[in-house]
Amino acid sequence: MPASADTLARTPFDRSLLLVVPAAAFMLLLFVYPFLYGLALSFNPKEGGALANYSHFFTTDNLWPTIWITLKLALPATLINVAFALPIAYKMRVKTRYQRWVTMILVVPITLGTVLIAEGMLLYFGPRGWLSQTLQFLHLYEGPIRLTHNYWGVLISLVISGFPFAFLLILSYVTGIDPVLARAAATLGADPKAQFRHIYLPLLAPGLAMCFCLAFVQAFSVFPSAVLLGSPAGPTRVISIAAYEAAFEQYDYSLASAIAMIMGFVQLIIVAAVLSLRNVFYRGPVSGGKG
Amino acid sequence: MSAATGNWFDRAWRGLLLGLMTLFVINIGLIIAAVAVSSFAKRWLGTWLPDGWTTAFYTASWNEFQLGDVLWVTVEVVMAVVFLSLLIGVPAAYTLARRDFRGKRALLLLFLLPLMVPPITYGIPLATVLYQAHLAGTIWGVILANLIPAAPFVILVMTPFIEQIDVNLESAARVFGASTARMFWHVLVPLLAPGILAASLLVLVRTIALFELTFLTAGPDSQTLVVALYYAVFAAGVRAPQSVDAMAMVYMSVTLVFLLIALRFVNPTQLVSRVKEHPQHA
Repeated sequence: MPASADTLARTPFDRSLLLVVPAAAFMLLLFVYPFLYGLALSFNPKEGGALANYSHFFTTDNLWPTIWITLKLALPATLINVAFALPIAYKMRVKTRYQRWVTMILVVPITLGTVLIAEGMLLYFGPRGWLSQTLQFLHLYEGPIRLTHNYWGVLISLVISGFPFAFLLILSYVTGIDPVLARAAATLGADPKAQFRHIYLPLLAPGLAMCFCLAFVQAFSVFPSAVLLGSPAGPTRVISIAAYEAAFEQYDYSLASAIAMIMGFVQLIIVAAVLSLRNVFYRGPVSGGKG
Repeated sequence: MSAATGNWFDRAWRGLLLGLMTLFVINIGLIIAAVAVSSFAKRWLGTWLPDGWTTAFYTASWNEFQLGDVLWVTVEVVMAVVFLSLLIGVPAAYTLARRDFRGKRALLLLFLLPLMVPPITYGIPLATVLYQAHLAGTIWGVILANLIPAAPFVILVMTPFIEQIDVNLESAARVFGASTARMFWHVLVPLLAPGILAASLLVLVRTIALFELTFLTAGPDSQTLVVALYYAVFAAGVRAPQSVDAMAMVYMSVTLVFLLIALRFVNPTQLVSRVKEHPQHA
C-alpha cells in the first residue's frame, strides 16, 4: 500500500526499502562514481590550468566541430525516425490480421546491429552492388552511387538501426491509449483527423518526447557506423570518435573525459529542450479514461 | 473503420506511408540478402550472383576469428548480465512500485539517467576506473559495464508489471504468516513470470547488440560477438571479405533466434502498453 511521506516518517523503518539498496548502491558505484571521477579528471589536465582541456577542445580545429557534425547527423536521424514511426504506429494501433506480422517485420532490424548494417550497406550500395546494377539495368541512373563513406551512409544506417526502436516505443504508447476516448470524441462529431489532433496527439506528447530523447541518445553516440560507413577523418568525424582517439590512441584520459563530459552536456541540453517543448505542447494528466 | 471513405488526400497519404514502408523493408531485406549471398560466394565481383557457392568461409571465419571462443564469451557475458540485472532490478522495481518514500524521485532519476546519457560519456571514465581496479580487459569488467544500462532497464520494465498485481494477494500471504522472502518467492515471482521473461529477453537482445561499453572495456580475451565483428570489418582487407560476411551472418542468426523466441512469448504492443497505463510520475 502506498503510504504518504508523513505517515512513513512516524512508522518504524520499512524493511522493504532495503530491496532497493543493491540497485542504488550499484548505480552509485558504477555510474555516479565514474562519472564524477571523469568530471574531476577533466579539470585535471596533463598540462595547463584547470580549464586547459576545455579550452583545448574549443580551440582545436579537429575537435570542436565534432559537436556540429554529430548534431547534424543525430538530429535529422531522430526526427526522421520519430516522424515516420508515429503515423505507421498510429495505423497499426487497430488490431488486424496484419498487425502482428507488420510489427514483427519492422522490429527485426533491431537484431541486425550497427556492424552488420554497415557491412550490408557497403555491399549493397557499393560501386558494383545490387542497387547500382539494378539502376543501370533499368537505365535509370548510370553514374556512381555515393551512399557510403560519407554523411549519407551514416545517416541511412542511423535510420535503419533507429527506426524499429522508435516504432516499437511509439506503438506501445499509442496502443496504451484507451480507444474509448476517440470513440467518445467521434460521438461528439469529431472526424478522424480531429480525433488524432485533439485526442491522440496531446496524450501522446509525453511518450513522443520520451521516445525522441531515447532515440536521440542512440543516434548521438553513433560510433561504429561513423567509422565503417562514413569518412571518420572528415565529414563524419563525430564526437565519440574524438573521445575514443583521445583515450585509446593518445592515452590522454583527462582530455577524453573532458570530451565525454561535453558530449553528455550537449545531450542534456537537447533533452531539456525537448521536455520543455512538450510542456508548451500539453500539460496535464496522461492517464485519461480510467476512473 | 468508418473513415475508409476518405477523400483523395487520405488515400494519397496512406499510399505514401505504405510505399515508404515497403521501400524500407525491401531495402533492408536486400541488404541482409547481400551479406548472406556474399558469405556463401566463391568469388563475387560485379555480377548479379557469384560465380560459385561454398561454405568454406564459415569454417574459415570460425577458425580465423576464434568464433568458438567469442561465442562462449558472449554467452557467458549475456547470461551473467541477464541474471544479475534481474537479481538487483526486480527487488528495486518492487519497492519503487509499492512504496512511497522520501527521495523516490531522486532514485528514479538515478535509474533513468544511465538510459539518457550516451554510453560513451560514462563509458570512458568507467573504463579508466575499471583499469585502475584491474577489471578492464577481463570478462568481469565487461559484465559490470553492461549491467549499467541493463539494471535500470529491468527496473523501468518491471515497475509497471508489479503495479498491476493486486496488493491483496500479498496481504493474504502475510495473513498466513509468510515472510517477505517466502511471499516474494511463492506469490510474486510466479505472477511476475511473464514480465520477468519479457524483461530478460529484452535485456538479452540489448546486451548482445550493445557495442560501445563492451568495446571500451573488453580485452582480447573478453570480446563479445559484436565487438569481434567490428574489429573484423575494421581490419578487413587482410582477409577475404566473405569470412567477415560469414561472421556477420552468425551474429545475425544468434540475435534473430533470440528475438523470435522473445516475440513468441511477448507481443511487443502488449508489453510496453502496460508501461503506458501506469506512467511513471517522475
